[in-house]
Amino acid sequence: MIGLDLGRLGAVARKEMREYRRTPFIVGAMLVLPFIFLINPAIVIFVLSAAIKPAAAARDVGSTFLVLLVVPAVIPATIAAYSVVGERDQGTLEPLLSTPVRRGEILIGKALAPVIPSVGIAYLLFALVVILAHFFAQNPAVAATLSDGPHVLAQALFAPLLAVWSIGVGTAISTRASDVRVAQQLGTLASLPPLAVTALVSFQIVPLGVWTAVGFGLGLLVIDIAMWRVVAAMFDRERLITGSRAVKTTGVSPGDSVGPGQVRRIQA
Amino acid sequence: MVSHLTKRFGDRSAFEDVSFEVARGEVFGFLGPNGAGKTTTVRTLGTLIAPTSGSAVVAGIPLSAATGAEIRQLISVMPENPGLYVRLTVQENLELFAGLYSLPSPAARIAAALETVNMAARARDLCGRLSKGLRQRVGLARALLSDPVVMFLDEPTSGLDPVASRDVHDLIASLRERGVTVFLTTHRLEEAERLCDRVAILNTRLLAVGPPEQLRMQLFRSSLVVETAVRLPAPETVFTRDMGVDKWITEGDATYVLTVADPRMTAPRVNRALVAAGADVVSIAVSHHSLEDVYLQLVDEDPEAGR
Repeated sequence: MIGLDLGRLGAVARKEMREYRRTPFIVGAMLVLPFIFLINPAIVIFVLSAAIKPAAAARDVGSTFLVLLVVPAVIPATIAAYSVVGERDQGTLEPLLSTPVRRGEILIGKALAPVIPSVGIAYLLFALVVILAHFFAQNPAVAATLSDGPHVLAQALFAPLLAVWSIGVGTAISTRASDVRVAQQLGTLASLPPLAVTALVSFQIVPLGVWTAVGFGLGLLVIDIAMWRVVAAMFDRERLITGSRAVKTTGVSPGDSVGPGQVRRIQA
Repeated sequence: MVSHLTKRFGDRSAFEDVSFEVARGEVFGFLGPNGAGKTTTVRTLGTLIAPTSGSAVVAGIPLSAATGAEIRQLISVMPENPGLYVRLTVQENLELFAGLYSLPSPAARIAAALETVNMAARARDLCGRLSKGLRQRVGLARALLSDPVVMFLDEPTSGLDPVASRDVHDLIASLRERGVTVFLTTHRLEEAERLCDRVAILNTRLLAVGPPEQLRMQLFRSSLVVETAVRLPAPETVFTRDMGVDKWITEGDATYVLTVADPRMTAPRVNRALVAAGADVVSIAVSHHSLEDVYLQLVDEDPEAGR
């Protein structure tokens, strides 16, 4: 955290959290979306017959696993997509950028606020599905597959990495967008591609083991780091304020268009 | 200190070759028509925008990409739209900025800033529920919070009623006494005239810099406004060069505006000549040009004005 002031970073994150709490749309989306994503796991738990062979049951559990990973990807996407364009929209961006706060402190502060509830909700949802599977699943392979080591590890690793991607790409879009609605639509769409990686293990195209989970986790981490480097480069004060980067003009010498004596200077 | 500062966006100049100095504790007015480059100049000095060429020293620190955060720690900027978080309370807005400036004892600083702008009783109100004038006051409290060396105020009395405007004027006067340098951008010329030690008039290029009174004297010769009971039959025989009158014009039926070098010396002579000519003198007054006259004169004669 070299060059970052944790006090300033915390101030940004606290402000974001306070704004979420007072915005019914955000609180509502965080509460309602997880219930929607419970429909698929509920079908697998309550409907999947005990007669279905373990291999087939594991494929259905795979789809459940993928659905659960959509939660940390989608929930923070719209919030992150609002983060910069929303500030510009309500006129708060310029006062914020006029303070000593550094780029990294704004970006991390703004990212922390949605990542914590999103990952928390994803973990809680996964835990709830595992508990329900243990008590109510007709097919014993459902609970066994969901709670085996590689699945738990994959969920633990993939959820925060998907959320970090989602927030990064949402913030990147937000720095360039001029309209909040467009930014949020694009942010949601752009949050989905990394799920293709997790789909490989969810649908058992690549068998899920501990090392597969770690390997895919490292892959997502590399993608996240690359994305955040791009976000940092895009978060340019001048571009955010004026919509364009500084243009270094060559051949301009001071005073080349104003002759001496044209400014009326009067000493007090 | 600002030296030959220029900012271009592609082929378009936001401001060109701007140079001036502002002393510590000075209230410096920045005037100009819409699109003159005032806001871009303030953003450049506030380290939000990089200049294309030229140099500046802000709060004693040379302006550069590396010194941005250091300069921003010493200055505060209040845009015309205060830009408050409408879903947060007044207190929460100020807590955020106290955190961003890493202020020690933030609660005490916030209380003092709110007290200064008479908003202590509204600390728990959501900013979204405040009137424009009250939001402006919160913006001012936010600008005061970090005890800045230089304050950039963009239209600080915009949307305020006369009493609140007077309070802001008093506040700016007290800032001057405390040694705070105030960079005031305003369209209210009477405000600039009343508050500013010096003003700069910008229209992409800097047109004039100086104390308002001396700008007036440099641009406008003194004049006398003479009113008589009835129209003079032969004014040219009264308003002569011997009297000290350089030229004169008739304004209305029996009012004459005389351009003179020294109104104190010329007024009694003109009065005596009028009485001798049998005229009934209603009034003889020295005409004062306002800063607005100076502003309009400079902007109108500027070739950039017609762009």
